[in-house]
Amino acid sequence: MLRDITLGQYYQADSVIHKLDPRVKLIATITFIISLFIVQNFVGYIVAALFLVLAIKLSKVPFRFMVKGMRAIVFLLMITVVFNLFLTPGEALITVWKITITKEGLRTAVFMAIRLIFLIIGSSVMTLTTTPNSLTDGMEKLMNPLKKIRVPVHEVAMMMSIALRFIPILLEETDKIMKAQIARGADFESGNLIKKAKSLVPLLVPLFISAFRRANDLAMAMEARCYRGGDHRTKMKPLKYKRRDAAAYGMLVCYFALCIVANIII
Amino acid sequence: MGIIKTSKLVFEYIRRDEEGNVEGITRAVDEVDIDVKQGDFVAILGHNGSGKSTLAKHINAILYPTEGTVWVDGMDTTDEKRLWDIRQNAGMVFQNPDNQIIGQVVEEDVGFGPENMGVPTAEIWERVEESLKAVGMYEFRKHSPNKLSGGQKQRVSIAGVIAMHPKCIILDEPTAMLDPNGRKEVIRAVRALNAAEGITVVLITHYMEEIIHADKVFVMDKGKVAMEGTPREIFSQVEHLKELRLDVPQVTLLAHELKKSGVKLPDGILSKEELIEALIKR
Repeated sequence: MLRDITLGQYYQADSVIHKLDPRVKLIATITFIISLFIVQNFVGYIVAALFLVLAIKLSKVPFRFMVKGMRAIVFLLMITVVFNLFLTPGEALITVWKITITKEGLRTAVFMAIRLIFLIIGSSVMTLTTTPNSLTDGMEKLMNPLKKIRVPVHEVAMMMSIALRFIPILLEETDKIMKAQIARGADFESGNLIKKAKSLVPLLVPLFISAFRRANDLAMAMEARCYRGGDHRTKMKPLKYKRRDAAAYGMLVCYFALCIVANIII
Repeated sequence: MGIIKTSKLVFEYIRRDEEGNVEGITRAVDEVDIDVKQGDFVAILGHNGSGKSTLAKHINAILYPTEGTVWVDGMDTTDEKRLWDIRQNAGMVFQNPDNQIIGQVVEEDVGFGPENMGVPTAEIWERVEESLKAVGMYEFRKHSPNKLSGGQKQRVSIAGVIAMHPKCIILDEPTAMLDPNGRKEVIRAVRALNAAEGITVVLITHYMEEIIHADKVFVMDKGKVAMEGTPREIFSQVEHLKELRLDVPQVTLLAHELKKSGVKLPDGILSKEELIEALIKR
């Protein structure tokens, strides 16, 4: 049940993309997103689509898992398309009663839709092939230079990984408190929105108290095991670039160059 | 001087009201003198609020004495320069297994202590492997701690402590939240560590069955050491233990009651076998 939920949406498979260094995947995703906003014509989108298809094929993750992430943005996607379609001024294409669809409107609507879809699928490729843990590791390593301007990089990464570890525990606890309250006649189901929100108070208060108690215990346990921040710390699983990571970076640079070229030439 | 020694140790909790004025002072630990020899299995016993957990936290330098001194391996725990040496030498296992596991994978959690100490990567892996084997959890190294049973989680916590190569480990009611099977598992692992690796063990508990195999037992009450001796010496004083609101193992209690009603039996019987033997001999 709650205990078995998987965090993030990691899909276990043995592929090149899975084995890549998390830093490569993070940078690649960011580059891909930037490229989507640089590209202004269809040729550029074809290049992006090819890149995405290649990544999906290499990742060995079934395509339906990628599409799953789309469900969350269907509403956003529809609003974007509708607004762009009907509210962009320009050369009229079809006019029905008072509503006009312009050529420019159609163009931006399609572009926006493609952009959003690619954005979601692109980042899904990363989250599906990387465990939350190695993602945090990668972020910590990437942001390391920020330490010079006193950004607490290690601390933030540590907090993220502790949060990831405690989400299932707190979920289980919520479940337990909820059942205890239901057993004593609490009603979480019926009533309007305000009533429902009010009924959550007796759930949240004990949950917060127990979370703080856990935090206190955990801090003590960490100190007892010699935790003293990021300095002097060694890594059990240090991140090291391998050959395939260099190859991936090479491909990424080629892709980005291609996007720019497509933009300038056409 | 033994590996752990306290001299006239006093610890006071100060209760304050909302404005920060002192409302009252509670003496949790009151002039305690204990001395633990290297390699011993020592049990500290006491009911809730007897000060046993507070005492344990002093050994790991989580709490500092109000008065008196605590030495761990010859180091004064108030010496800030030696703080990390003390914490490395005196590992601590807490009550709630969920609140002391940091890693999302068993092996990563065991590696957490050595990582903090700055042990090189290759050696961390060696230490993790050997500690997980020592508590019998090696085949679970790739598992998520959330899917383990309470006893297994607690064994992972113990492995996490011994990966730091401590000279002694302090277990603060490690079995209080476990079922009987989990309790047995954990105690077996701790006894094996004590016997095979020679690690000094300080076990804090209120379960009588767990202290039968200890070399020495301290019974605490109201912050003071009320009784001190071998398990046999302690259990022969059934009436005194009852005064301290502690339960005696059923066999010992039975032997005690038999003796009171006139059956001739030796003092401090600890196991079923002993009682049977003593009854046959009569």
